[in-house]
Amino acid sequence: MTKTLTITVNALTRVEGEGALHVQVNGDTIESVRLAIYEPPRFFEAFLRGRKIEEVPDITARICGICPVAYQMTSVHAIENALGIRISLGVRQLRRLLYCAEWIESHVLHIFMLNAPDFFDCHSGIELAEHFPDQVNMGLRMKKIGNGLLELLGGRAIHPVNVRIGGFYRLPTRDELARQLPDLRWALDAAVKSAHWIAGFDFPEFNIECELVAMKHASEYPMNEGEIASTRFPSIPVDRYEEYFGELQVQHSTALQSVRRDSQTPYFLGPLARLELNHGNLTPQAKKLFQDICPPLPLRNRFHSIIARIIEVVHAFEEAIAIIESYSPPSEPFTEYKSHASRGCAATEAPRGMIYHHYEIDDRGSVVSSKIVPPTSQNQLQIEADLREYLPRFLQESDETIASECEKLIRNYDPCISCSTHFLTLRLERT
Amino acid sequence: MNLLQPPPSKKRLGVFKFASCDGCQLSLLSCEDELLEVAGKIEIAHFLEASSEIKPGPYDIALVEGSITTPSDIERIRHIRQQSKTLVTIGACATSGGIQALRNWGDHEEFISCVYTNPAYIESLATSTAIANHVSVDFELRGCPIDRYQLLEVLTALIADRQPRTPQHSVCMECKRRGTVCLSITRALPCLGPVTQAGCGAICPAYDRACYGCFGPAAQANCPALSQHYLATGTPATKLVHALRNMNAGAEIFQIESDRLERGSPER
Ligand code: SF4
Ligand code: SF4
Repeated sequence: MTKTLTITVNALTRVEGEGALHVQVNGDTIESVRLAIYEPPRFFEAFLRGRKIEEVPDITARICGICPVAYQMTSVHAIENALGIRISLGVRQLRRLLYCAEWIESHVLHIFMLNAPDFFDCHSGIELAEHFPDQVNMGLRMKKIGNGLLELLGGRAIHPVNVRIGGFYRLPTRDELARQLPDLRWALDAAVKSAHWIAGFDFPEFNIECELVAMKHASEYPMNEGEIASTRFPSIPVDRYEEYFGELQVQHSTALQSVRRDSQTPYFLGPLARLELNHGNLTPQAKKLFQDICPPLPLRNRFHSIIARIIEVVHAFEEAIAIIESYSPPSEPFTEYKSHASRGCAATEAPRGMIYHHYEIDDRGSVVSSKIVPPTSQNQLQIEADLREYLPRFLQESDETIASECEKLIRNYDPCISCSTHFLTLRLERT
Repeated sequence: MNLLQPPPSKKRLGVFKFASCDGCQLSLLSCEDELLEVAGKIEIAHFLEASSEIKPGPYDIALVEGSITTPSDIERIRHIRQQSKTLVTIGACATSGGIQALRNWGDHEEFISCVYTNPAYIESLATSTAIANHVSVDFELRGCPIDRYQLLEVLTALIADRQPRTPQHSVCMECKRRGTVCLSITRALPCLGPVTQAGCGAICPAYDRACYGCFGPAAQANCPALSQHYLATGTPATKLVHALRNMNAGAEIFQIESDRLERGSPER
């Protein structure tokens, strides 16, 4: 006996941005799974044209309020690559510090407010706090310390103002940074404690093979530099990204979906991919945690993302402390440059996965064209593929259960739907 | 938060999103110290980013982020307005159309085909407009992003049934208070501080760069006088046009001035 079942989650909750899920089931067969992103397009690539390169970081930041640093910095790196600008070592360290701060702020928010509630059937981080006040308060304080570092380096935590091509507008003083150390050391301990708490969660078994992609650097955990590594294929330099990875606009989906060009297959980005490909370059305490609490490789259970995230938080606190302890201000806040007609690209690791930008610049230093590929559009096809695999185990349950289990799976990818540089609106359904 | 008289029953809060980057909503989640306390004083009835529990209206307080960019947005904001006693817009998107209002100067069809290979699937308006262009708004909180202390002030005030107090003066006042050396006077940088509403704490000048107007026009901002000064001191008109056409490009005062500069019109 077959029956056709349509499950619609009208509004995905506890994800950044807005999206919906449509699933069609015929008897035991899943006919379609569509992650519908109804975030309306905002046309960033269109209106970057004609703007001066100096204006780009302030505009690209507005793509996403959750990871503005990743957008700002990827555009800055791409433009610097185009113009051949070499930044000083000190500026490079401060940029890593900025990434550490954003990873902390974004990961901790995701862990405690968005993701952890699922493991205890709570509706929100606030509800979770009723059951685990110490842990959630510790999380909020870690987040605050991450925000404080972002505010010091960037001027403010959301849409920082201090990033510019060639470096920063103003350098922090050694004292200003050193004042953060006691808090950061407290937070490092708190993050290690949280990691042990999280490792004890009850994780659903959900291992399916797929290609993991992340940046990889010879000597550091990747944030703003490296090659593009994969669990299936040899690494490629960033400037060959567009040869290997493409975007499709498909009728059944609402967003451009990234695929491997040759095989037309999805791939998976984010903390699990980074950790699997780069655990050798973790800082000491993070490495110890990786050995003590991390499930054995290969990391394929999507629900373990929260463990990878907290290990990265520990890494980020440790690295931030090390950078501050050895900091001496560079001689200039930024490198001077002259612009000329050129092209350049860059990829960096946003908290939720690799992000790619490409710019073409004219001889007066204005943008001719740009291409921006956010992590969510790269993960989107993988999320749909995973839902197809995951759904059969719930098909006998009520629609409500199916919907809520799908939502839980989706949250592990931390999809950031606001980054709608590329998202289409196909179907609008709201409750 | 300091409440003289706790309300008899908890007010119901709804947080709603239109075209935006989520940064303003995130400001609410970034009130780490106050979050659990605020949460104890209001009932969070609808806040998709924070809670999977969705309760129907009516709402006492609606915080609206984002601008109107699709036909169905217009329907939805009307519905939210009907359901809400007090409607507060949070951020530049909701109060002036946001960065996405840059499309108001472009060719919408061409924008679509610049980004998408198959434009037929796109449902969007040729304009991005503020919430107040569609429904009445009780209070507007400026900024891209909003300042979280201002947000807390608004929530505290609304919980206590009083008018929120946020400044109307320009960023220059905050610069003075902070003791920042004026970049416009000492380095002839085209700073938008004199015509921009305070609220950010004059961050940019303190970080050695000119204000880029993310809080939108201050009350009684005299843009033509400021442009005249910067043009006379050597700033190219296109640079001023771009400075005004950012996240508050759709705010009337900035819009009129950027258009005037673009036309090269001499009248004041
Ligand atoms: S006003 Fe700025 S920070 Fe707020 S939602 Fe809009 S783009 Fe984001
Ligand atoms: S630096 Fe800008 S905001 Fe500050 S006083 Fe000068 S003009 Fe005003």
